[in-house]
Amino acid sequence: MTYDERLQNVSVLGAAGKMGSGILLLTAVEMADLSLKPENKGKTFALNAIDVSSAGLAGLMRYLKSQVLKIAEKKTVLLRQLYKERKDLIENEDIINQYIFDVMNIVRPTMRVEAAYDSNIIFEAIIENQDLKIKLFKQIDENNTGKPWFFTNTSSVPIHLLDEGANLNGRILGFHFYNPPAVQRLVELITTDKTVPEMIEFANSYAKNLRKIIVPSNDKAGFIGNGHFMRDALHGIKEVERLSKDMPFVEALYMINKVSQDFLVRPMGIFQLIDYVGIDVVKFIMEVMNPHLPDEDLHSDLLDKMMDMGVKGGQNSDGSQKDGFLKYERGKPVAVFNPDTKEYVEISTFQQKCNEKLGALPQTWKPWKVVNFSRGKKEAMLEAYFKELAGMDTLGAKLAKSYNAKSNEIGNFLVSSGVSNSADDVNTVMLTGFYHAYGPINDYLK
Amino acid sequence: MNKLRRKVYMAAGYNTVSLGTGRKEFNPKKPRPGIEHYIKEAGQGTLKQIGGAGNVDEGVIGNFMAGRFNKQGHLAGFIPMIDEGLQYKPSTRVEGACASGALALATGIKSVLADSADVVLTVGVEVQNTMKAIYGADVLAGAGWFQKRKEGHAYFFPGQFSDRAGAYYEKYGMEYARKGMKQWFINAIENARLCPTAQEYENKVDDLGALYDKMKPNGKSFVDNLNVLDCSKVSDAASGIAIMSEEGLKRCGIPKSQAVEVIGIAQVERNITNDPPDLTELTAIKKAAAQALENAGITINDLATLELHDCFSIAGVLTMEALGFAKPGEGAQFIADRNTARDGKIPTNTTGGLIGWGHPTGGTGVHQAVTIWEQLTGNAGDAQIEISKDKPYGMTINMGGDDVTVVAIIYKRADW
Repeated sequence: MTYDERLQNVSVLGAAGKMGSGILLLTAVEMADLSLKPENKGKTFALNAIDVSSAGLAGLMRYLKSQVLKIAEKKTVLLRQLYKERKDLIENEDIINQYIFDVMNIVRPTMRVEAAYDSNIIFEAIIENQDLKIKLFKQIDENNTGKPWFFTNTSSVPIHLLDEGANLNGRILGFHFYNPPAVQRLVELITTDKTVPEMIEFANSYAKNLRKIIVPSNDKAGFIGNGHFMRDALHGIKEVERLSKDMPFVEALYMINKVSQDFLVRPMGIFQLIDYVGIDVVKFIMEVMNPHLPDEDLHSDLLDKMMDMGVKGGQNSDGSQKDGFLKYERGKPVAVFNPDTKEYVEISTFQQKCNEKLGALPQTWKPWKVVNFSRGKKEAMLEAYFKELAGMDTLGAKLAKSYNAKSNEIGNFLVSSGVSNSADDVNTVMLTGFYHAYGPINDYLK
Repeated sequence: MNKLRRKVYMAAGYNTVSLGTGRKEFNPKKPRPGIEHYIKEAGQGTLKQIGGAGNVDEGVIGNFMAGRFNKQGHLAGFIPMIDEGLQYKPSTRVEGACASGALALATGIKSVLADSADVVLTVGVEVQNTMKAIYGADVLAGAGWFQKRKEGHAYFFPGQFSDRAGAYYEKYGMEYARKGMKQWFINAIENARLCPTAQEYENKVDDLGALYDKMKPNGKSFVDNLNVLDCSKVSDAASGIAIMSEEGLKRCGIPKSQAVEVIGIAQVERNITNDPPDLTELTAIKKAAAQALENAGITINDLATLELHDCFSIAGVLTMEALGFAKPGEGAQFIADRNTARDGKIPTNTTGGLIGWGHPTGGTGVHQAVTIWEQLTGNAGDAQIEISKDKPYGMTINMGGDDVTVVAIIYKRADW
């Protein structure tokens, strides 16, 4: 079966979810582009958008239309070529509207999993529940005579367990998009010894067409991305717990969040990142990873406590940030949650005191946005910054150095424990999937 | 055209801000003033300088595509909106693509020449930021022949002038040509920084040349031979000016030191259904400029300043050649040698032109006249260049479509 034939019938499980909708969008666009190739004229391409939520599917179709419009507007130069033979499509607007129709026309929203019985490829983006994934894969595989390929978006469940549980004989691989899939360029590709080679070849072509950067990760729970993030987050939480023995909890959390953002020149502080991903999601990923890590305990009582109180973070359907460890106004943190009083305390009431305790940022400091997008100058900026930081003895500098050392240790551990094949792969994941300005495996402070 | 048989003057120029990308106050996601606002501001700006609407005999409004950009036709009806005193007076809307503004000037000039009016309020307007550029390209493509739209580029006019640039590169070398085009861009921005109404007034880029060099033309996302810095702006703006007879000047109390005299005009039309005869020549501009100069009885060496239609930097290069400032193929060098800079041999587009000040398509022709009026009468503020009595002439060249409609006008300070 050729690449084009393989993509003639595809299903996305969990299509209305945050990750599923992005995967569906990218796949629908890729399938539509294939359908417009002259050699595919007359062939039918079908993409089943499968989800348990009817309302979610309705929202998905709205999302899809708005996103395809943006994509079409960006690639109108190419679309005019694709629709060259359509004499009725003259203006850009005619062409853009036709393209939206052609993409939407491929998608079949449904709440019935049976739709996947005819698919060649099944993308899975449901919740991180190993048993449910296995149950669905098994059901589809037993009813689909075409020996379909399964692409799971799991960010933590080992692939070989899904393979064995559903009797897929290597017809599954991990294809882990980052959030949001339509924007983030990173995809972690997780294969096992048994993975069908043609599937890997297809996955690479598919990623290339979607203009994604593939980083291979070995089949160890959490893979590279969450392997770093979960441990990095736990370090942040432990630092807050340590500091809060001598100061109020909210001040300790503010300080560690500031250190992990400003002092480490990252796009957001660690607690803002946990809120962005969702406290519930972070807790859940740790729970999935933990049983596979006999020498570690990836668990936080603080996360449990937050969940018990119903403080979950995450995002609203319009993309705005929900309150979590931090309270947000126009996307910016304005208060910190106090689990004892269950109330948010305004940052402005203690900010100055905390900033004085931390001490000033190094003089060579520049915000992440400036550093990350200073092409050609970034390396020199980071070197100068960390050199200055190394010579400082303030609380902020000490916390930052220790945080960086931990991040470095996690990165090296991912290589030594066989999760990642190389330091470069670890750094690429953090640079492209988390938008860090530099990789965790660095020599800045050595 | 015949020699002017009656003296015609222009005075009381007014420009609104050219709003669009580059201006701090421009936010495409927030509501912005509509076309009515611009017409009113520009019209009132001129009326205020000529003693009010009571002195006006008729109005002319130049606009290209309000019917699509703003879903608004019948623009002549907006002239009386400017001031109650214009109610029930004659008003005409004219259209000639991006030369609509100068066609409005030509219409006003003809009214004065015909002795049917002594004071004509002339407004040029376009409000284009009502849609994204990819749809705006469809609207602007109306300046070409619709039968050719299907085979044209997504960005139709950038595509047309990219082809012209490509032909010029092929004939004379790309690297050579782009040196001139780069200097054209630099001049445009540096001049715009001196004019508070210019779209690029707040441009703070340190090294404009480096920025230009960095942005290589990329046919995959835009057109093959131009980058976005080679292109004019997408603008919302209007300009107003009064066209007057000798009697009109007196009626409005305008001293001749504050007026320019129109001493030559040419209007040329090329068959829109034909492709340009030579991609490396702006033939209609060449003819219009020669006729206007003959009509005025001067040569290009008498010009103190020039406002030309740089919808794309390559049009700047080709126009310098069409006018005779440089031989074919030498326009790029002429510009690279800073001859068109504000302190050069022929200061050109002294407030930024279409690339720096902005290009409200149907309003541009009037804006050009206002700039020449400002320069010749000493009203150009920080953008003022030196004008001497022995060289008191200015010229505007306004082009519609791909060298299809062209109006060239020559002005002289009225008291010199």
